[in-house]
Amino acid sequence: MKPAPFEYYAPTSVSEVLELLNEHGYDAKILAGGQSLIPMMNFRLVQPAVLVDINKIPNLSYIKTHENGIRLGAMVRHTQAERDSLIKERVPLLHETMPQIATIQIRNRGTIGGSLAHADASAELVAVTTALEARFKIQNLEGERWVPASEFFVGLLMTSLEPEDMLVEIEIPDLPARSGWSLKEVARRPHDFALIGVAAVLTLDKKDRCQSAKLVYLSAGDGPLVAEEAAVLLQGQKISEDLIIAAAEKAATEEIDPGNDIHATADFRRHLANVLTRRALAEAYQRAKGGK
Amino acid sequence: MTYKVIGKRVKRVEDPRLLTGQALFVGDVSLPGMLYAAFFRSDYAHAKVISIDISQALEIPGVVGVYTAEDMGDDWEPGPPLVSPPPTLENVVFNSRRQVPLVKGKVKHAGEIIAVVIAESRYIAEDAAEEILVEFEPLPAVVDLEKCLEPGSVLVHDDLDTNLAAHLIQNKGDYEGARKEADLVISRRFHLDRGAAAALENRGIVADWDEKNQHLTVWDATQSPIPIRNGLAARLGLRTHQVRVVAPFVGGGFGPKIMMFYAEEMVLPWISMKLGKPIKWIEDRRENFYATTQEREQIHDVEMALSKEGHILGIKQKFIHDTGAFNPYGLTTPLNTQSHSMGGYDVQNYYSDLTVVFTNKTIVTPVRGAGRPQGIYIVERMLDIAARELELDPMEVRRLNFIPPDAFPYDHEIIDQAFATLIFDSGNYEPAFDKALEMLGYEDFIKNEQPRLRAEGKYVGIGIVPFVETTGVGPYEGARVSVEPSGKISAATGVGTQGQSHMTAFAQVIAEQLGVEVSDVSMVTGDTAEFHWGTGTFASRGAVVAGNAVNAAAGDVRLKVLKLASKILETPEEELVLEDGMVRVADKPDQSISLGELALLANPLRGAVEPGTEPGLESTKYFGPAFGATAFGVHGMILEVDPETMMINIRKYITVEDCGTMINPLVVEGQIHGGVSMGIGNAYYEKLHYDENAQLLNASLADYLIPGSTEMPHIEVHHANTPAPNNELGTKGVGEAGAIPVPAVFAQALENALHDYDLEILETPLSPNRLYELLQKKEDNS
Repeated sequence: MKPAPFEYYAPTSVSEVLELLNEHGYDAKILAGGQSLIPMMNFRLVQPAVLVDINKIPNLSYIKTHENGIRLGAMVRHTQAERDSLIKERVPLLHETMPQIATIQIRNRGTIGGSLAHADASAELVAVTTALEARFKIQNLEGERWVPASEFFVGLLMTSLEPEDMLVEIEIPDLPARSGWSLKEVARRPHDFALIGVAAVLTLDKKDRCQSAKLVYLSAGDGPLVAEEAAVLLQGQKISEDLIIAAAEKAATEEIDPGNDIHATADFRRHLANVLTRRALAEAYQRAKGGK
Repeated sequence: MTYKVIGKRVKRVEDPRLLTGQALFVGDVSLPGMLYAAFFRSDYAHAKVISIDISQALEIPGVVGVYTAEDMGDDWEPGPPLVSPPPTLENVVFNSRRQVPLVKGKVKHAGEIIAVVIAESRYIAEDAAEEILVEFEPLPAVVDLEKCLEPGSVLVHDDLDTNLAAHLIQNKGDYEGARKEADLVISRRFHLDRGAAAALENRGIVADWDEKNQHLTVWDATQSPIPIRNGLAARLGLRTHQVRVVAPFVGGGFGPKIMMFYAEEMVLPWISMKLGKPIKWIEDRRENFYATTQEREQIHDVEMALSKEGHILGIKQKFIHDTGAFNPYGLTTPLNTQSHSMGGYDVQNYYSDLTVVFTNKTIVTPVRGAGRPQGIYIVERMLDIAARELELDPMEVRRLNFIPPDAFPYDHEIIDQAFATLIFDSGNYEPAFDKALEMLGYEDFIKNEQPRLRAEGKYVGIGIVPFVETTGVGPYEGARVSVEPSGKISAATGVGTQGQSHMTAFAQVIAEQLGVEVSDVSMVTGDTAEFHWGTGTFASRGAVVAGNAVNAAAGDVRLKVLKLASKILETPEEELVLEDGMVRVADKPDQSISLGELALLANPLRGAVEPGTEPGLESTKYFGPAFGATAFGVHGMILEVDPETMMINIRKYITVEDCGTMINPLVVEGQIHGGVSMGIGNAYYEKLHYDENAQLLNASLADYLIPGSTEMPHIEVHHANTPAPNNELGTKGVGEAGAIPVPAVFAQALENALHDYDLEILETPLSPNRLYELLQKKEDNS
């Protein structure tokens, strides 16, 4: 279980990374925390000819406020985000998500940018950044661009990143007042990939009606799966138990597209999605009413 | 017997080395000029090998050699048959087919080795293995335990006209007669699935042929270095003294590292001799899932006849055991199932029909529990079902059927894995069972706690299951104990150590006999250069068989010490005491001599050794029991299930363990904790998923789910003590006990939690997905 031969670079600046990516194109892979890439290389499932290790670049692990939100450098480790007081205060959904990701050992090394660029449909961060309408700053030798989460994740382990692109920063906007959130997932063991999971964000208007709703599923399709029709059901309505049941039913039976594998059938995953959506919406609603 | 050191909670003397990374594992062995091996393994489970092209692999710089079956010539032969069927049984069909060092002709399970690459590094060896081109003709795979016996089935072994590996019937009393008398006869079909042992350390070998010295040293992560040494010498045409096998610290055995003679164990020493170089191979986790043995897949059709009061009148079972592609380990595992399908109950009529089949899956040999969990599962499940049908308290039904304490030794009149009659040497079951019910607050839980939780919308259930474990079987083990001139004690035994705390427990036995500190004893295990008679660590036998050999040797040294001291101190032996490394005259503490001085005097530089005596204060002794020591225990759990998500949380876990005399309760508890975690895996998490091509779909620890610390409940252990009557220490084995009853406890507790659903669980493991399917089926039927 040793990787195939590869060339190794450890640049110390983003511009050097961009030069290397430009030079090697599809042959190059960026190594951030290595929690997905290294196992895949050891299994020889991927055999990049060039590895560009970005761990030596300073100043990519910041967490700071920016206008109406926060910005994170791509090399922020999961544990750093988990313990960060700014995230706890400003992005409580992200704060609650972090301990549900893998194990402490993986969170110590794994990076936020790495997880997002890897774009595993069962990754919590992929669903949660989609639910929070995060934006991603991408650089290449030509310049930089901001891409919203809804356009960043494009398919199975696929993002809009081109071979010469590097994800450098993530921006997460504040939720409006009277918003509530929830992340619910079911995994065989706490650190396993979830059989299914859902991130819910609800915003209420002054009359306690649902102003906007977002339901994003993990392990439910090729990428983060947004249940748009279920959200439409909720929109403008007074949240009730019946409404929650109807929305959960809609999302679980009509919108998500989970697969079969040895851990769960698609049928069981839809059942779980239904249960979890009900629980997530109920919790998000409580929180929205509480004004948190 | 009152002991000073035996039975004390002595901290493990091996831990400082292990915890600071100073202990030697095979992976730590590094020799000058060492080469590394990587294997080209078949991805197909069943395929003809048409051609092998190694030419491109040989061209990679750093590659030293590539070997296939053809290169082995006459040295190519299958592994030895390790355990034959019991010669005492009549009408046994047994087709012996053993694993091969390198595939010739046809691949019989995925992971079999086609070629070996030897290179200057493991990286280069793996690069080169990727360049080997093999043309296969894939064949349909034999997977299903029943279909494989149908006429016209594809055959695993073409030289047999069947996939039948073995068939035998064991009978006691007259089941059919008993059935006629019965008030209730229940029959059920059980499916028990396959799991991995998944030791933390995979297998590993360093083979070093020293041409000038004409000597082969093999470091092997094995449970049985002595049989490996003997086998290697025989296969390689060497004298036994030319081969040394060392099993250093081994990170978990659990059965698959028994004297298997794996392909790698046969091939690498052979290549080392060809090249005159040391060769190292450490199994990676993916290899482990394909190439290291597994266990538990069985289908049982069981019938139980009972009186309306709940007395078991008889049990009849017909079961199929999957041995995988080969059966080097004979019938040990299914014989254990046969022996444990009556549990600790007084069953007078028993009929057990065993069929063993070959399939294109990884080889099956014992894994911690070794057939026993299957036996306990079916008898305990049947009792739960019977109690429901008879509307009796399931706990009362068990009490009613226990073998009473005055019935021991209890002869079960069938043959067990040791080829002897299955005799339970001793036991006192009911007090241990009562204790378990008390620890879990059974009555209060059923009467008050459960209804209260149910009213809160919580589905919480209780399960309590007794079990037996036959342990400590022969043939024998030995030990050597000697007093050094320093006064310290050196000792050695042939069994290897894979975490069983031998260095502490055996030292306690010696310290007890010789009146020294545990830390004064240096214990060597698993090195044929130190001790070369014995078999190995398996069948929960270390503390019983090796433990009593150590005790006998230390006891003999004690006699020698007393004899010599008596002469020197001019005091009768019976007035001498051994304490603090000294021999003292009992009532005159100033008259004494140290063990070190005595050791010097016993090995004088001048003067002859008198006829009939030996130099030194040393003794080698052996222990071989006629039959095993039967341990007993009870496990109980309280679990909660979320009937929406099907996720299960074990809230409480208790055990009552009776393994006779405990040498060290800490060690016993550690064994139980580890065993229970394996059992929880077998009950809920761990399943090897083979598809219709006999391809393993979850050959990684990401997909093969092992319970870790986050899944483990707190385990409360209570010790009962019924000493084994047939060995001096009174010990019974406990290494496998923890794993044995867990699936049965889990099923009972889960049914109890979901009693509204009237669920019947007849399979293990049971995943949330499977639970969902069972509940859906219930819903569809109603």
